[in-house]
Amino acid sequence: MTYRQKRIAINNIVMTLSTISALIGLGFLLWILGVLVFNGIEALNIGIFINEGAPPGYGESGLKHALVGQLLIVLYATAVGVPLGVLAGTYLSEYAQDSKLAQTIRDISDIMMSAPSIVIGAFVYAIIVMPMGHFSGYAGAAALAIIMIPIILRTTDDMLQLVPSTLREAAFALGAPKYKVVIQVVYRGAKAGILTGILLGIARVAGETAPLLFTSFNDNFMNTDMSQAMASLTVTMYNYATSPYEDWQRLGWAAAFILSMFILGLNIIGRLFLLRKRGK
Amino acid sequence: MSVIIDKLFALSTKITALSVLLIVAWIFTVLFQHSMESLNAFGFDFITETKWAPNLEKFGALPAITGSVISTFLAMMLAVPIAIGVAIFLSEIAHHRLKAPVGISIELLAAIPSVVYGMWGLFYFVPIIRDMFGGLGIGMLTAGIVLAIMILPFMAAVTRDAMNTTPDILKESAYALGATKWDVVKDIVIPYAKAGIIGSLILALGRAIGETMAVTFVMGNVHKISTDLTAPATSIPVTLANEFTEADTDLYFSSLFELSLILLVISFTIISIAKFYFLRRKRSL
Repeated sequence: MTYRQKRIAINNIVMTLSTISALIGLGFLLWILGVLVFNGIEALNIGIFINEGAPPGYGESGLKHALVGQLLIVLYATAVGVPLGVLAGTYLSEYAQDSKLAQTIRDISDIMMSAPSIVIGAFVYAIIVMPMGHFSGYAGAAALAIIMIPIILRTTDDMLQLVPSTLREAAFALGAPKYKVVIQVVYRGAKAGILTGILLGIARVAGETAPLLFTSFNDNFMNTDMSQAMASLTVTMYNYATSPYEDWQRLGWAAAFILSMFILGLNIIGRLFLLRKRGK
Repeated sequence: MSVIIDKLFALSTKITALSVLLIVAWIFTVLFQHSMESLNAFGFDFITETKWAPNLEKFGALPAITGSVISTFLAMMLAVPIAIGVAIFLSEIAHHRLKAPVGISIELLAAIPSVVYGMWGLFYFVPIIRDMFGGLGIGMLTAGIVLAIMILPFMAAVTRDAMNTTPDILKESAYALGATKWDVVKDIVIPYAKAGIIGSLILALGRAIGETMAVTFVMGNVHKISTDLTAPATSIPVTLANEFTEADTDLYFSSLFELSLILLVISFTIISIAKFYFLRRKRSL
């Protein structure tokens, strides 16, 4: 075999191997997606949205309590996490810029983005659940907000920096004070990007289970009082899936399907925003 | 008037930015404070003791720590070659019409909550392992595999991004000299993007070691170090997820907080190595 033939042969082997590994990887992922869609759609019916949790085999049971709880917890987390994240990102991009402090904050929040979420749960347990003496929706929302802040901070920082500095200079030249420049010019220029960051942030925390296990805990019934333990889709999914009852397991799949579709939807909308922005 | 608003706005952004540092410092402090009781009771033995017996008030973290290390190691062994394969496929082999849809679906799969992977593992993968190896089907091996599958999309996506930083002109020059695709990958892409690829893999490792839900379903939470990979085992996140709501004594809680602290320190270290040593911050999305 000549050297050239050998190189081509090795190339073919490696390319085949890497295509096979891509197929294996995609195969597993399609399998999971297929299972999710198949079981989810099968379990889905109108009762899921109007019934609360019921003991297994004891009447129609649904996910209304978990859906409402999930929405409330994520809503509160968003209400806290988004303003904090956006303001902090504004500080990094518009005020501190490349200072050492800004760099440190960027680095730390980058690390926080990948830190284990269950540890955040333990932290919130110590600062909120223990003093209050019981689990609460607020504690769950606090844990999710802590996870959300670094994500929003980082995207806001990046997106604001994409706004051309000539725009800022033009506004300054007209005599606008800095806060007006930031709010009326920079934010407006980076609107789509910030919104994408917020959507991805919400999508990220909506799927978190670990930090809710011992903060908002769970509840089998409808509850809109955030100071009490509260059901969420993720924790409900975990409890139902590990239960031995088939109708609970079915509900678990329905919850998984609804939640995954919600998260995928947010991701797709977020990407479309960015694409449209780039297209301009 | 507007001067005051200006100052207030600047101040409020500064306070929120500083609060990020404050929260992180607060997390470490609170976890450390709550670990004190366990630190005083067991000292350094906590991480070398193999016995975890809440009823006897004896807590040793070694089974959980080894469980974390072994399950993550298994997951990395399985996921790294496949992720690199997928990344090579996406950056060099796939037809350009295939690149975007496959790439985006992998990114979207990385967004699916890990609890779904765990559920799939419990219902569809545990029976397979049970049929193949006997036993319960729950344990280290299953956890490693499910963890590998869960981390794969993230790992493949970041590795591909690292490979894509190679300038096209370098690759084109190599192709013009008659290089095969493998020659280009091995002699151009990998040397150029080496730091980024290693950094991405370590970042994925940092995520995998703290991952809770994908493994909690399939690990079993048994505090025992076993040479049998198919036997039920535990890891730090699995212990926390299973026992935090069950703990009844102060020492039990304190030991769980110490476990959280250990996990946080481990993953902080791994992620910092990836971020600071290998990945310099890139100004792009």
